[in-house]
Amino acid sequence: MALTPPNLVRRFAEISIHDRPAVGGKGASLGEMARTGIRVPAGFVVTTAAFEQFLARVDPRGSIHHEIGRLAADDLLACTSVGAAVRARIESATLPESLQAEIADHYQELHTSAAASGYSEPVAIRSSATSEDSADASFAGLQDTYLWVRGVDSVIEHVRRCWASLYAVESVMYRRRLKLPEQGLAMAVVIQRMIDSRSSGVMFTRSPNTGDRSVVVVEASWGLGSAIVSGEVTPDKYVVGKITGEIVSRTVSQKMRMHRPNALSSGTLVDEVPVDQQNAACLSDDELHALVEIAKQVERHYGCPQDIEWGIAHDLPRGENVFLLQSRPETVWAAKDAAPVAASKAKPFDHVFSLLSGGAGKK
Amino acid sequence: MDADGKTRSFTLPSRLADLPGTEGWQSMYPYYTRFQPEDDQRFWFYNAMHFPEPMPAFDAITAEIPYEALGAFTTRIFAFPTTMGIEHRIVNGRIYITANPVTDPAEIQRRLAIFRERAGYYYENWERIFTEWKVRMEHLIQELEAVKVPRLPEFDEAEVVTKAKGLGQNHYVRENFHRVTELFSKMWHHHFEMLMLGYGAYMVFFDFCKKAFPETADQTVARMVAGIEVLMFRPDDELKRLAKLAIEYGVDDLFPSDCDAKKVLAQMRGRGEAGQRWLAELDRSREPWFNMSTGDGFYHHHLSWNDDLSVPFAALPRYVEQLRRGESLERPTERLKAERGRIIAEYRELLQSDDERQAFDQMLGLCHVVFPFVENHKFYCEHWFTTLFFKKVREFGALLVAYGVLAEAGDVFHLQYVEIESALADVSLAWAGGGKPMGAAHWRPIAEDRKRIIEKLKEWNPPPALGPIPPQINDPALQMLWGITSETLESWSRTAQGEGGKEIVGFAASPGVVEGIARVLKNVNDIGQIREGEILVCPVTAPSWGPVFGKIKAAVSDIGGTMSHAAIVAREYGLPAVVGTGQATQRIKTGQRIRVDGNRGIVQILD
Repeated sequence: MALTPPNLVRRFAEISIHDRPAVGGKGASLGEMARTGIRVPAGFVVTTAAFEQFLARVDPRGSIHHEIGRLAADDLLACTSVGAAVRARIESATLPESLQAEIADHYQELHTSAAASGYSEPVAIRSSATSEDSADASFAGLQDTYLWVRGVDSVIEHVRRCWASLYAVESVMYRRRLKLPEQGLAMAVVIQRMIDSRSSGVMFTRSPNTGDRSVVVVEASWGLGSAIVSGEVTPDKYVVGKITGEIVSRTVSQKMRMHRPNALSSGTLVDEVPVDQQNAACLSDDELHALVEIAKQVERHYGCPQDIEWGIAHDLPRGENVFLLQSRPETVWAAKDAAPVAASKAKPFDHVFSLLSGGAGKK
Repeated sequence: MDADGKTRSFTLPSRLADLPGTEGWQSMYPYYTRFQPEDDQRFWFYNAMHFPEPMPAFDAITAEIPYEALGAFTTRIFAFPTTMGIEHRIVNGRIYITANPVTDPAEIQRRLAIFRERAGYYYENWERIFTEWKVRMEHLIQELEAVKVPRLPEFDEAEVVTKAKGLGQNHYVRENFHRVTELFSKMWHHHFEMLMLGYGAYMVFFDFCKKAFPETADQTVARMVAGIEVLMFRPDDELKRLAKLAIEYGVDDLFPSDCDAKKVLAQMRGRGEAGQRWLAELDRSREPWFNMSTGDGFYHHHLSWNDDLSVPFAALPRYVEQLRRGESLERPTERLKAERGRIIAEYRELLQSDDERQAFDQMLGLCHVVFPFVENHKFYCEHWFTTLFFKKVREFGALLVAYGVLAEAGDVFHLQYVEIESALADVSLAWAGGGKPMGAAHWRPIAEDRKRIIEKLKEWNPPPALGPIPPQINDPALQMLWGITSETLESWSRTAQGEGGKEIVGFAASPGVVEGIARVLKNVNDIGQIREGEILVCPVTAPSWGPVFGKIKAAVSDIGGTMSHAAIVAREYGLPAVVGTGQATQRIKTGQRIRVDGNRGIVQILD
């Protein structure tokens, strides 16, 4: 073990939701879930402290902050060229050796004991922003999620890419528009064992359509979840009663495409779904109920409705194959001020009078 | 309205033609049940829930009197603000109904003022009134039991003289027949005295849940409302008790599967003291619990368990067998109660504020106050009282047979009740005058003809609805009981136009998904045909079919809403059920493989 300070890299088990400043929103949430006992693929986070150490080495005089900070929010050309130059500096710089060793050690830990020598465990690498505002939601999309990354060199390269993505033109312009300070800007990176999902998708502990908190809505498709997130397939959709567990509705769609890992090397491929599977439900009732249990547990833990990404591993036995990949608080309905459906009345039967008074009963 | 802005419509009543061979069916029913030309402008639907078969002439009284009573309470007594009563028409033997809504806002307000005061009184005093109601109803039943059907002997009783009664027995032919129909009318008034108010309370809670939890299934809301210990389960519980006693007394060997009731009773009598004890227990169960109609109390031929022991005896072997295997037959009431409590608490917790939670408590609390009446009245009214009612009328039929007016007692049900009065007057005159009644030549051919017509009318597939589809349906009872909403009408209308395909949509009444072989029963008396593991497909499932629910895999009905009794029993038995499909009995054939999805309310024909 190298003697680097322990806060540069942290395992999920060493992280709680309060560590957001160090590990970012995604990292904090995954750590919190793993500690709670929810099945999350094993992983670790390269912290903001690591980023700061790296940046200090790349840019000892702090010129990057200065260059970006003086850009005009609407100057696309300047934002593009300055951003590109900064990204090039970051992507060509080497990480401190101690940090490299730390990442390599933790990556090695992710290898399953059964893995043959010379085998490189595939991982997903995602940026994990510390910002509390919606920048997280706006830019934590696909551009800084890298799937099926293998081998320590590639892992380190993708960590750098995540960091560099802070200077992608959209991110830069967004910060300039909102006049967010460059000082203190930092990004953590999540590195997580990658599940080769037979099916995956998203679920909401509150109906996205109606805001109904008594149901869990599950969307599912074949293969990796990136197919749904990118909108390339119409997923199967299930509505399950959160309290009774009954399946209120089940809509199986034709799923033409699936994303799957490039088994021979790295990255992912887009495939046609075999014809006989296109119109087949991609979840069994058991799996659906297992997902709903996870959804309920996560929501209960955080005390507010959640949007969750999940996957079901194709090569693990039942009972061990359902994984939570990400969870974040639901924001759309939370932001709405719903009018109360009913107010209490002097007498219980006064409610009958309101309903039958002609106006109140109509939809 | 459809995309072209035209009002969509089902067949108009005036377009319905007589079925060949049923000409003259109109003579079976009063003139005020005929469709009028202006009825083409109104929306009607077939009340298959209560009247799944063609109405014999007498049985039409089971529509007339209930609608008299229902309307009296909604229109005139409580002054429901938005709805008056229900009108009914009979065509080809089938009963179509329509509700009379109140839409003028000023009129609604005027009625609301009266409704507040009067309905408020009943809600406020509900439990006391229901306690008194039960006493009143038991008195009514005793009164009906006490009604004597005169035998008209050659010489009247001596005590007419010795007690100076001054009334000939033939007077009582008139008075007592009247008495039977009068008591029937009283029973139905009491039936509706509280029922529509009970539904009002349900409506409020369902409406609230639809808004607060828009994606929650109706059946879940129904589970929060439903009581656990309901009188309608009692007859079935009695069978379980008798099964247990049969084993205890060592007479359980008399119940092989497919046992015959008569044979069992005869063998039981030969089994000494143990047999006698079991028979005594059977008698204890029979009064009143076997006064359970195999239907819903609307047809004379839907015999009660007491009239025809084959229904309860069909269930006994199965219970005996289960007990021998060491299975428990107890309904897990404590577990059901705890589960209901959990569901209620968790939904309540999801509400946004304490005030909203308080409103939820009030609405659900009111449902729980009214529930015992809403569920239990049915045993008193439709089953216990009505079983006796038909029995009395049958006795008058026997009197007509004794005087040669009718060929058999059951033929009395092929006369309208006013026609029975007329036939009885004929008998009374003949007895008094010392002559012969003229009725044989008059009534026998009529009864024969009508029996034939009824058989023929069974071949007619009544459309689920008639007339223009209304833009909106917002009637408490229609939705709660018949499951009729704008969506159901839409689906019925698609089916009528042949767009249905292999999928039949109804209400998800009880959760679960199963596949199996369909058994289509259009007549409740065919209930014995159902085999273990089949899926029951019927116009309507009556709660008295309880024992059958132990045999089947799932239930599908043409008619019924979430709080229909079929739905309640199916949930109790944990069977998937889809109700209110409109036309399942017409589109599914016995022997077909079907898939019942009780979660979504969909039935698929797989063959």
